[in-house]
Parts: sequence; C-alpha cells; structure tokens
Amino acid sequence: MKAGVMALTVLKNLIKGPYTSRYPYAPAKVSPATRGYLDVTIEDCIFCGLCRMHCPADAIEVNKTERTWTINRFRCVICGCCVDYCPKKCLHCEQSYTVPGTEPVIAQYTGPVPEEKPVQPGESSA
Amino acid sequence: MSKQIVLPFGPQHPVLPEPIHLDLVLEDERVIEAVPSIGYVHRGLEKLVEKRDYKDYVFIAERICGICSFIHSATYCHAVETVMEVEVPRRAEYLRTIWSEYSRLHSHLLWLGCFADSMGYENLFMNSWRLREKILDVLERTTGGRVIQGVCRVGGVSRDIPPEELARMSRELAGLRPELRELTRVFEEDITVQTRTKRIGLLPKDAAWDLGAVGPVCRGSGISSDMRSTGYAAYDDLDFKPVVKSDGDCYARCLVRAEEMFSSISLIEKAIDRIPGGDVLVPVKGNPSGEFYARAEQPRGEVIHYVKANGKKNLQRHRVRTPTLANVPALVKMLAGCELADVPVIVLTIDPCIGCMER
Repeated sequence: MKAGVMALTVLKNLIKGPYTSRYPYAPAKVSPATRGYLDVTIEDCIFCGLCRMHCPADAIEVNKTERTWTINRFRCVICGCCVDYCPKKCLHCEQSYTVPGTEPVIAQYTGPVPEEKPVQPGESSA
Repeated sequence: MSKQIVLPFGPQHPVLPEPIHLDLVLEDERVIEAVPSIGYVHRGLEKLVEKRDYKDYVFIAERICGICSFIHSATYCHAVETVMEVEVPRRAEYLRTIWSEYSRLHSHLLWLGCFADSMGYENLFMNSWRLREKILDVLERTTGGRVIQGVCRVGGVSRDIPPEELARMSRELAGLRPELRELTRVFEEDITVQTRTKRIGLLPKDAAWDLGAVGPVCRGSGISSDMRSTGYAAYDDLDFKPVVKSDGDCYARCLVRAEEMFSSISLIEKAIDRIPGGDVLVPVKGNPSGEFYARAEQPRGEVIHYVKANGKKNLQRHRVRTPTLANVPALVKMLAGCELADVPVIVLTIDPCIGCMER
C-alpha cells in the first residue's frame, strides 16, 4: 500500500500537454474504413428497393415511379447492410459525420429521368 | 435497535452509467438489504428477430450492448452457423477472436475508469479512458466503427485485416503494454484504491457458485470459469488460461480485470502470429432450421445466445442471457451488510450493463 503512486503520471501529463484535439477547429480523426454517413450515387441507382428491404432500422424509402431515394438520417445506424446488398454498388459510407441536430433530417435524392431508348426497326413506338 | 429506512439508489445516480434501481434498507449507515428492480431501458430487441431476415438481424444483435457489441454479434452468428452447419473459414474465426479481445480491452479500460470515478479518483478515470482511445482507434481503423464494429456476418466476417495492418497492431500493442502496466500499478498499489476496495463487498467462493455469478465476479471469488476455455472461435489454438483471484472482494475483482487486459494483449499477439490465410466469408444459402445455445465470454462474463429456427428466413426465437443479469443476485449478497458509502463501488464491481440486461 503506497501513497503518491500516481505522481509520476501526473508529472508526465503536466509536461506533455493535452491529449485531446480541438475539434471542431482541428479535423476529427478518421480512417479510410470509417463509416460516417450513408451516401448514394443517385445516377447509378435502379430503385430496386433491396436497401429498403434489408435496412435493420427502416431508415430508407425507395419510390420507383417517382425515382426518389429517401433516407431518414436520424433512424440510420450506419451499419452498412444496404451497401452490401446494393446490386449497382451505388451506396457507400462517407468518412465524415453528419452535423448534430434537434429535428429529424430526411434527405431525398431524385434520380435523373432515363433516356428513352431509341426505337428499333420493327418495334412500334407506342 | 435503530430505525430502519429505505433509501432509493438509482435509476438516476452520478455513479451509474445506466439505469438500475436499488431499494437500500438502511440501519444508520449500514445496508441491511438491497432490493433491485429493473426494466427502465427495455427495447424489445429479441422480438425483432421475428420481423427481420436472420442475416440482417446480426446488426440488431450487435446493438444489444454498446460496449461488448462485437461479441454479441459473433455469438449470434456462431449460433446460426451451428444450426445451419456452416463451416466458417479459420481466418474469420481468428479475426473474430482478435476483435473480441480488442472489445474486452476497451471494455475493461472503460470499467477501470468508471470504477476509479466511483471512488472519486478523477485523474485515474481520465487516464484509463485516454488509453481506451488507442484501442478504439485500432477498432475504427480495422472495422470502420469505434464501438459498433458491424463486421460480423453469418458465414464469417465482412472485412479482412491486411498483413501490414496486423504488423502495425502488433507493434502498437507492444507499446501499449508499458502504459497499461503504469495504469494498473496504480490500481494494485495505491492507498486510495486499496482502502476503498479491500475487504469490501465480499462474495465467498461457495456463495458465488450458488448464486450463479459469472465472469470477473466469480473469477474474483476463486472460481475458474471462463467460456474462452471451451475453445470457441480460435481460442482452442491460443493456450488460454483464465485469470483467477481468491479474495472475493472489490479489490480482487478489480485485479482480475486489470490482469485480463494483459491476457487479452497476449491472446491478440498470439492470434496475429498464428493467423492462417484464406477467405474470411463463405456464402450462406438457405434458411436455418433447428435450435442451438451458443456460449461466449464477454468482458462481464458468460453470455448465452439461444436461437430457434423453423426453416423460414425469420427466426422463431432469439433469447439472450446476459452476464449482468446473472450477477445481480451476487450483487444483492455483496451489498448486505456494507456501508452506504461503499454502495457505488460495490455496484460498479459487477460492471453493470443494463442496456444488455434488458435488451
């Protein structure tokens, strides 16, 4: 049983300065693997709805007729399950985090209108 | 005889990270009896298994706990894989072992910090959590998540660790060992820690056995019970030996956790040395049919995941017996006869994880 066992550590800490970084003035420490928030390359999306079906948090809504892909950022748990299932690989996790808020943030992405296929000879244009 | 009063302890209390309520029957400053009540953070996660695909449920199983999350998902996957007779690649089992031991390291460092805080040792608390950041950085670098890793899948793991990263982890662990030694030396030798923990919250060996205590609580009372000895995942290759102390007081339980951190570092180093090559994930087709009890060692003790499936994509039942629930009867026994000022320290020594317990 000794007193002052912590003294050496305290002295070291006094010399070394703070271990914490001055976030948000200094950038947060992230790695290439970090799952910050979910993002979509909407141009590649085919609105198949697999991400919606497998989302454990029910955070994604997909509307094929209106070509919209909607995510409730407050529900999303950034597990990456949808990224695994996406057949076109248009979903990915960004490394930074979304800003905190008090109201649910719902982000909606609208896909471009698909170009009409050129009519092949012999096909009716109707 | 003094008059008895009932003092409520929790569910909101500075020392409690999560809500549990104890009715302390006091005679003067001495606790005569403690009556626990739970149910403040029930989320109904087990019921969700009936609504979700058994493969997607891994992410929900992982969120049962915010500290030992990886071990929950690995144990759930182990149960489903056993039901489906899936042979998991050996490399995936090694990776699961490495991440499980990193989880144990960060959980024990978190606990040591909270424990120091419960006895008013703020400086020690800050230092424990400073070292924990280094573990969390490795987890983030290798899995993408600090506390919720999200890499376990039915059939293996979704990410591999490249050899250069494994070498870097090994180097960092060698550097971490002296820092941990400096930290644990304070827990072992400091007069403040010893006077607040020695011969306090006694749990004799036979009482620990009768009450079904698990994890560091029973190992601190001299019972050598550790699920890693059963050799699940890659533990059968790593010559694992449990850390056991026989005093049965708060100090012994603290020392068990402190020494387990060094045992975890040795296990990770051995796993990095012996990890075989190959795939990390095998494709799993079809739906499970059958039932299995999977047991694993969490930082807080033995966890049991029971799954029952009937050939559909949703499981029929998923039941989790978490270590905190098994340790609550032991806690009631420890609290009987203690001083009121020692209650926070004793409650912390079972490492209560209420989010796990109530799911």
